[in-house]
Amino acid sequence: MDVLPHSNCENCQHFNADGLKKLGVDTTDFDFVVALAGNPNTGKSTVFNALTGLRQHTGNWPGKTVTRAEGAFQYNEKKYKLVDLPGTYSLLSTSDDEEVARNFILFGKPDVTVIVVDANRLERNLNLVLQILEITDKAVLCLNLMDEAKRNNIEINIRSLAKDLGIPVVPASARYKEGIPELIQTISDVASGKIICKPHRIKNIPKDIEEAVKILSLKIKKEFPNIPNSRWIAFRLLEGDNQIIEALESGVFV
Amino acid sequence: MDKRNIQNIIALANELRWKIGDDFHDNLAEGIYADAAEIVEDAIIDKNRDRKERLDNKIDRIVTSRVWGFPIMFSILALVLWITIKGANYPSAFLADILLGDVRPMLKSFAASLNFPWWLSGFLIDGVYLAVAWVIAVMLPPMAIFFPLFTLLEDFGYLPRVAFNLDYLFKKSGAHGKQALTMSMGFGCNAAGVVATRIIDSPRERLIAIITNNFSLCNGRWPTQILLATIFIGAVVPASLSSIVSLGAVFGIAVLGIFFMFFVSWTLSKTLLKGEVSTFNLELPPYRPPDFWRTIYTSIIDRTLIVLWRAIVFAAPAGAVIWLISNLYIGDQSIAAWMIHYLDGFGFLIGLNGVILLAYIVAIPANEIVIPTILMLTVLVTGMHIGEGAGVMFELDSVNDTASVLKAGGWTLLTAINVMLFSLLHNPCSTTIYTIYKETKSMKWTVLASILPIIMGFVVTFVVAQLWRIFVN
Repeated sequence: MDVLPHSNCENCQHFNADGLKKLGVDTTDFDFVVALAGNPNTGKSTVFNALTGLRQHTGNWPGKTVTRAEGAFQYNEKKYKLVDLPGTYSLLSTSDDEEVARNFILFGKPDVTVIVVDANRLERNLNLVLQILEITDKAVLCLNLMDEAKRNNIEINIRSLAKDLGIPVVPASARYKEGIPELIQTISDVASGKIICKPHRIKNIPKDIEEAVKILSLKIKKEFPNIPNSRWIAFRLLEGDNQIIEALESGVFV
Repeated sequence: MDKRNIQNIIALANELRWKIGDDFHDNLAEGIYADAAEIVEDAIIDKNRDRKERLDNKIDRIVTSRVWGFPIMFSILALVLWITIKGANYPSAFLADILLGDVRPMLKSFAASLNFPWWLSGFLIDGVYLAVAWVIAVMLPPMAIFFPLFTLLEDFGYLPRVAFNLDYLFKKSGAHGKQALTMSMGFGCNAAGVVATRIIDSPRERLIAIITNNFSLCNGRWPTQILLATIFIGAVVPASLSSIVSLGAVFGIAVLGIFFMFFVSWTLSKTLLKGEVSTFNLELPPYRPPDFWRTIYTSIIDRTLIVLWRAIVFAAPAGAVIWLISNLYIGDQSIAAWMIHYLDGFGFLIGLNGVILLAYIVAIPANEIVIPTILMLTVLVTGMHIGEGAGVMFELDSVNDTASVLKAGGWTLLTAINVMLFSLLHNPCSTTIYTIYKETKSMKWTVLASILPIIMGFVVTFVVAQLWRIFVN
């Protein structure tokens, strides 16, 4: 993005100052639920604060009680509730943080999941991204800390990344509010169905596992025709995730 | 939706899980990483990727290598402990000079000027004050050195590499890889190690880490080990080798502690705390120069002072008890003498004696006061004229004087070896016990964590004593 002089901002199609209203903690009567996921130390809370106008404390201490932070904003007459999930490296393990994040994306069925990643550590961060894309097909990648990446001489081909992942990618430097208007526009496009995602599915899996997942996910699809993540549920069943087993038994997915 | 079909799916999943085997989780994780690598290959142009990663990777290749990983780890641990023990000597001597040499006589004469009866000034000054002063002088300097050093290693980024190196062993024993960090913290102070287990999410693995933290030889026990090794073990080899051999013996005890930690972790995970090892992602962060002064400040405030305060709270009543049992008489003997008399038989059975057992009973609040208590009680029962009277703990300036007091108390090489073993394997100090209770909120686990090591101590010292008596003399 070109850096525009401040006075020209208002002319930019992304600015839309009248359309945006930061609503802070007022999360009543929302139209869409947006989940905010990402690794620790990617500036997730900075993005959360930039979107909601809140000033959530950004530090964290491992082992303290895990809480979900919530906030809201309004954009073009629609109200969005934003849920800040705990920062995790993965969704596959048994830790409390990962359970909260995993369960919210799966059972909370957010309308859009924004995944904040550190542009400087993209490869490591993609681990979480690829897992989330198995659960939901409505996601936006927020490529944060672009200012640091520029300083580190890292160049990222945004279009190729978006194509490979099958979801929109928005470069940003949340600390300087760069990329936030574009992020909001993209969230609204995905929420309203203007942008349809075709998320990447994990490919490099050994044959026997792939076979098992295929068999299971076909059976699951037959019982629950409307769910987008039969493959993920198959993964979790193979892992022996008791919460998923209970959810299947009680029919939460219907 | 048909309930039966759902049950079929779940049954099928269970069946497939058996077929795929244990590696499912690791295979899936590797698959995801492979996908990520492919995507990044297409999308990123990192102009100086090679140069930037080279240094971090180079360091990692050495400190996490199969050949060098463990020797480097042990050397760094040895260096940190050496700096702590050596460096603490001077401020400890300085504090002891002030608190014991200057303040105590002043308090004594102040009490005398107010016409305190002897028992009141004895109880307050020789009992309560002395124990508190002792704990501060002996405990504060090593902790104020160890914890900042530890935090510096943490901030530099070395500790995650330690966890990485040890992960395999912990996984094998059914424990969490992050227990490597809480174990290392235990070498400074077990109470701090128990608090540090908060970084472990899974309750099962956290309990294992809490219960086994006591097997890390803490700061309060290192001086005891070194003193006894110098007096008794260094003495059986030629003088030129004595310091190396005695240091080796102390390090051997610490390594034995690590062995017991793995052994008990493994036993617990197979019995009382059965369950799966939870997987976790451990990020090896880039190496960073630590923020020196902030690190020093926070580690002293967060760790040192809190632990010290708890120790003082427990040491005060212990001082009172030590003075009382030495000065209250039943018939013609003090309570201490009676207790030593009764404990002697059991003490002999496990290669110790009544004095040592009584010292470990009354010195529960802090391992630091075990040796002063042993010296005082030995003088009390042998009737020697050293020290400052019944119930007044003391330490001697020279190692030779200490040796002669202990030998007059009937100590042999076996006694020393067994005290070293018992110092490793006995109940945690009361500060740690209280911390375990606060962290677990469970009487059951607190009791288990307290009595398990002492039972092991009795067994080990008993076996050593019997073997010694059969084979050595």
